[in-house]
Amino acid sequence: MILKEERLTQLLQKFPPERRQSLAVFQDIQQECGYLPKEHIIEAARYLKMPLAEAYAMVTFYRSFSLDPRGKYVIKVCDGTACHIKNVQGRLDCLKRILNLDPGETDKDGLFTVETVSCLGACAISPVMKVNDVYYGNLTEEKIYEILADLYRKEMMKA
Amino acid sequence: MKKTILVCCGPGCIAYGGLDVAASFREQIATLKMDVKLETVIKQTGCHGFCSRGPLVRIMPDDITYYRVKPRDTEEILKSLDNKPVGRLLYHGVGGNILKQQETPFYSAQKKLALRNVGEIDPKNINDYKARGGYEALRKALTMEPEDIIAEIEKSGLRGRGGAGFPTGLKWRIAAEYDNFPKYVIMNGDEGDPGAFMDRALMEGDPHGVLEGVIICALAVGATKGYLYIRDEYALSLQSMKDALADAEKAGFLGDSILGSGRSLHIEVVRGGGAFVCGESTALIESIEGSIGEPRATFAYPTEQGLWNKPTIINNVETFINIPLIIDEGGAKFAETGTPTSKGTKVFSLAGKVRNSGLVEAPMGMTMRKIIFEIGGGIVGNRHFKAVQTGGPSGGALPESLLDLPIDFDTLVRYGSMMGSGGMIVMDDWTCMVAVAKYNIEFLAKESCGACVPCREGLRALSMILTRICEGKGEPVDLEIIKSICELLTQTSRCGLGKTAANPVMSTLKYFPEEYEEHIKEKRCRAGVCSMGRSTVVTDSADMAAIVAMAEAARKVSYGVQSKDKTGAES
Repeated sequence: MILKEERLTQLLQKFPPERRQSLAVFQDIQQECGYLPKEHIIEAARYLKMPLAEAYAMVTFYRSFSLDPRGKYVIKVCDGTACHIKNVQGRLDCLKRILNLDPGETDKDGLFTVETVSCLGACAISPVMKVNDVYYGNLTEEKIYEILADLYRKEMMKA
Repeated sequence: MKKTILVCCGPGCIAYGGLDVAASFREQIATLKMDVKLETVIKQTGCHGFCSRGPLVRIMPDDITYYRVKPRDTEEILKSLDNKPVGRLLYHGVGGNILKQQETPFYSAQKKLALRNVGEIDPKNINDYKARGGYEALRKALTMEPEDIIAEIEKSGLRGRGGAGFPTGLKWRIAAEYDNFPKYVIMNGDEGDPGAFMDRALMEGDPHGVLEGVIICALAVGATKGYLYIRDEYALSLQSMKDALADAEKAGFLGDSILGSGRSLHIEVVRGGGAFVCGESTALIESIEGSIGEPRATFAYPTEQGLWNKPTIINNVETFINIPLIIDEGGAKFAETGTPTSKGTKVFSLAGKVRNSGLVEAPMGMTMRKIIFEIGGGIVGNRHFKAVQTGGPSGGALPESLLDLPIDFDTLVRYGSMMGSGGMIVMDDWTCMVAVAKYNIEFLAKESCGACVPCREGLRALSMILTRICEGKGEPVDLEIIKSICELLTQTSRCGLGKTAANPVMSTLKYFPEEYEEHIKEKRCRAGVCSMGRSTVVTDSADMAAIVAMAEAARKVSYGVQSKDKTGAES
């Protein structure tokens, strides 16, 4: 989703036009759009008075940024050490079987994105995944089926 | 009598429905009002630590703790407040049900200093914190000379809890001595280690405790501006610290004149970008300045030239939370706990194949055996213990023969691992140590900032070789190559990430050489984890077919798009 010009200006003007605000500015844009549209990066760089090349360095260095549009439901699968030794790969395979998505991919309907993250900080209930802001712990394949079925049901109801 | 119901709303318990339980309590209290004459207060607290049995509910002042509470249990609990406790929700110990949290094996061996308020107070309520003696240390610090504050911290023997274990008092002294203003103080809450969640528990469970530590530090070194650098993924921590800042400012603990003393301090929250390397102090500084997080070549430490080249103190969340305690009770009292070189306690996040996973605070010097088998309750499913990884991805894996080592900063380093921020991942015999080394190296290779060649290229090469070994294509010469790369990494990298990156490989190679040999010579993985080049068979189930059918139906309905090629999904 690309923001309207006024909205973007409004968002930018919450911050003083200083380079040190760049991380926060990009985070807010991403929060609103779900990703960082190219136009907005250019506009933000101009506002923050930093070279576009450096803005590009920022958004590609920090891993929480995405330059591609993401789905309505972003599934973040934790691949921290505790989750890893409890067979996260099996859960990712399960997601792949159902959604046909590898980590980093978004389906063409724009509904789901699957990502791996290095740690969600909820190791005691590993393996963990997060769908948008909701945590699901002690994941089993059955649980994943249930969670996705619920989401699909919700989408069907809306239609 | 007034009863307080504490509902744990740490990340673990929230995932198990802690918020629903709290909501249900509120609802039930409203509907049962006629029957219950007691005055009850519901508090959503930070993490109680025993995450594997969440959500936890604690009734005060009776000190009864219930485990795995569901919203449907709340009515029964409320009705039991005057009578007998609900037996089925208690901890079932060897000698019967246990009422008090302190008496369960998980809690009895712990010593709570840093976690003193976590789970006891409502983190959103500054008065709760003040009722437990909060901000008293700050009042005391305002009457002390900066020099005396630093002396007290030095006396306590406190060392940085972020990983390296640098003496905190010394760090403050160095920064205090420079006559170069303004000075800065930074809280490092960028907990990027996979397997560690203690900082988040502290920020979410006792934000004022952390904040008070930061303020005292600023007074001691003469800093007038503070930054709280917190991971963007930790939405709850961010909110909790922001709320604490606003409340503290309103109460006069922050601002132009702290409690009317004329000393000023302004603090602002900075959201981290999710880069592991930003845990390194100079990289973190770069990040606050609005650049990519590449560590600086440290000719001068941040204490001399840090943020905008001014003297800067960077301490970890857990370090800061110990400060009010030291000022309150004195450095000597703090130094009574621990070993000769490492004082106080350390919060560990115990996870992996251990029965009681969660947050554990143990005095320095406790053995790992005690933490894993007594507090942790042993290995899940009665399997055999194989290794414990301390210090996150750049720590090492230690075998059973070293379990009786006392944990402190120096011992762990001596045996090829490190304290790190306190992650403790337990592994059983279904874990392949070569695959673990590969996992850690792949993580570090992804997180390497790429500025210096040994780290960037060395980790990439290591990751390639380890992948080859796990696929059954390893050659005996690989082990020699691995060792030489590790040596190069340790000696020539620019920052701590590269310097410690060899730990996971060197420690597994040292303590579990037989597993590497089996992979290379016999093309066999004893844990059954590595595919060794054979493709894994994926079986389909009836359940899945139903889901796929539903998914297709949903797509057709809401988007009118052709369904996906199903064979592609299973190849």
